[in-house]
Amino acid sequence: MYRYDDFDARLVGERAEQFRSQVLRRLAGELSEDEFKPLRLQNGLYLQLHSYMLRIAVPYGTLSANQMRKLGSISRRFSKGYGHFTTRTNLQLHWTRLIDVPDILRELAEVEMHCMQTSGNNVRNVTADPFAGAAADEIEDPRILCEIIRQWSTLHPEFSFLPRKFKICVIASPHDRAALLSHDIAVQAVRNSDGETGYRVSVGGGLGRTPYLALEVGSFVPKRHILAFIEAILRVYNEAGRRDNLWKARVKILVHQLGIDEMRRRVEAEFAEIRESGMLELPPAEIERISEYFAPPDFEDLSGECPEFESAKRQSKQFAAWVKTNVHDHKAPGYALATISLKPIGLTPGDCSSQQMEGLADIMESFGFTEIRVTYEQNLLFPHVRQKDLFRLWQQLDALGLATANHGLVTDIIACPGLDYCDLANARSIPIAQEIARRFADPGLQAELGELKIKISGCINACGHHHLGHIGILGVDRKGVENYQILLGGSGAEDATLAEILGPGFDSEGIIGAVENVIETFRQTRKPGERFLDTYRRIGAAPFKERLYAH
Amino acid sequence: MKVITANELTFGDVVYWTKAHDWQPSLQQAQVLDDGDADGALELAAESVNRCEVVAPYAFPVRVEHGRILALSAREQIRARGPSVRLDVGKQAA
Repeated sequence: MYRYDDFDARLVGERAEQFRSQVLRRLAGELSEDEFKPLRLQNGLYLQLHSYMLRIAVPYGTLSANQMRKLGSISRRFSKGYGHFTTRTNLQLHWTRLIDVPDILRELAEVEMHCMQTSGNNVRNVTADPFAGAAADEIEDPRILCEIIRQWSTLHPEFSFLPRKFKICVIASPHDRAALLSHDIAVQAVRNSDGETGYRVSVGGGLGRTPYLALEVGSFVPKRHILAFIEAILRVYNEAGRRDNLWKARVKILVHQLGIDEMRRRVEAEFAEIRESGMLELPPAEIERISEYFAPPDFEDLSGECPEFESAKRQSKQFAAWVKTNVHDHKAPGYALATISLKPIGLTPGDCSSQQMEGLADIMESFGFTEIRVTYEQNLLFPHVRQKDLFRLWQQLDALGLATANHGLVTDIIACPGLDYCDLANARSIPIAQEIARRFADPGLQAELGELKIKISGCINACGHHHLGHIGILGVDRKGVENYQILLGGSGAEDATLAEILGPGFDSEGIIGAVENVIETFRQTRKPGERFLDTYRRIGAAPFKERLYAH
Repeated sequence: MKVITANELTFGDVVYWTKAHDWQPSLQQAQVLDDGDADGALELAAESVNRCEVVAPYAFPVRVEHGRILALSAREQIRARGPSVRLDVGKQAA
């Protein structure tokens, strides 16, 4: 994985010390809260319901064992023994003290981590396909471009005061495991008819109050010009994006107000100018240099069947069930990817204890894993596991409470922190996720239902991606009482669609029954083997509405 | 009726404005104000922002039942106790 050079290390170290000085000046009264707030937000520090919340960047969702161990240690010593992985693949500590944050930043810098651009109106942490480097259908490792974007966008003076936050995602496979089109810029590596690699670029996706999927603005941007093209989009946005209305400031509003043709015309005009200057042309040697950091491990030749693996599946039904849901095909024979579900039944989606983080770091060291990934679905993933190691890995994950066999199933629910933690939330998300998971805990029932993605947000900002849920739930405030709307038919995959609201909302008990009724309607109307989403697309909303609202 | 709350600056903890004109961690220690008195009390409480004691004070509605102060909104109930999904953390764990 990428290692900081001297420039990176100095920048991150200096930034931590700058913040120490800013905190001391704040505590001494030399800075008012109004003056200090933008400074703390630029370092990912929010003031939430119970305390300060620190959001730590996990660039493109990749962590080393050393970094995971440090996150475990920091969350134990400086928070309350746990952290929360988010849909932006970052880690949030919900119980930090202002006075400790400079020390946390210094410790993060020691393991090449930081909190820059995890808040504020700038380019946020760039996300990638969590299967990067392991997917058979991948054109290149998407993290190479992510890292180039990270270096270019970090503290970029021109883009430090955008009209609003800006999220970029990069994938390099036809399969979308990163909710690509819900991003401000969606970059997908593609090949042209000459076999050259370039990028399809879309712009203007986003969830929140006004959800849109991104629209194509460049069908094939040559590799060497991709940064110039992205900069062109940001320039158009920086100049023309609205700054007078917080709710209309994202690039998605600009794109959909101008229309994609006019947006494309403006981007191409900027692009031509930047390209002409040659300033942002990527030298092949530099791409090559960064690529080397993402070179895959030396895979052993493990072709053929793995008898240990096959035998373990026969001997342990639980292991076989975990393999079925949480283990995925790898490009190298004899290897697999393993999803670590952070959705144990009845617990908080995305939460991970300090002990679990340190336990995962131990596992990584003992198995020789150089990386662990964070997924936008609030799970973790080991990208390169030998099949013959899977049983022992599963046993060790199980000992940490991390072997829940539910990836992609009804209990693998995305939920934002909601009103239990978040200052912006109108309703709780986590208890709804927990209760749905309890109702559908039976593994046989989960398997029967198949792929079913439930996503819950506690407010219109949509951190829980409710528009992308096969079943989405949006918490709202209805005259001071938590109320929940239900949406159906969303997808964050390559068949991306936005879910639509079914009808009036329910109270916190009623929403659980509503989800049960929706799923029961699905069971009664599905064709054999059909996913919930496919049934919904086939029969439409009417039968579900009828079931929920007819009486 | 209203109570004034804020977050303590250095640590971020939830605190409440008391009759003694200081900030305490428990909602039960808060001064319960008639709605008409809340603005004036908030002005007084806000002086502690300048003294770097708290951040962003505001008033919220409560009722008093059997001598206990109860926040009306789910948000303030959760702030007063801690996350409803982690009873081992926050004020409720103390």
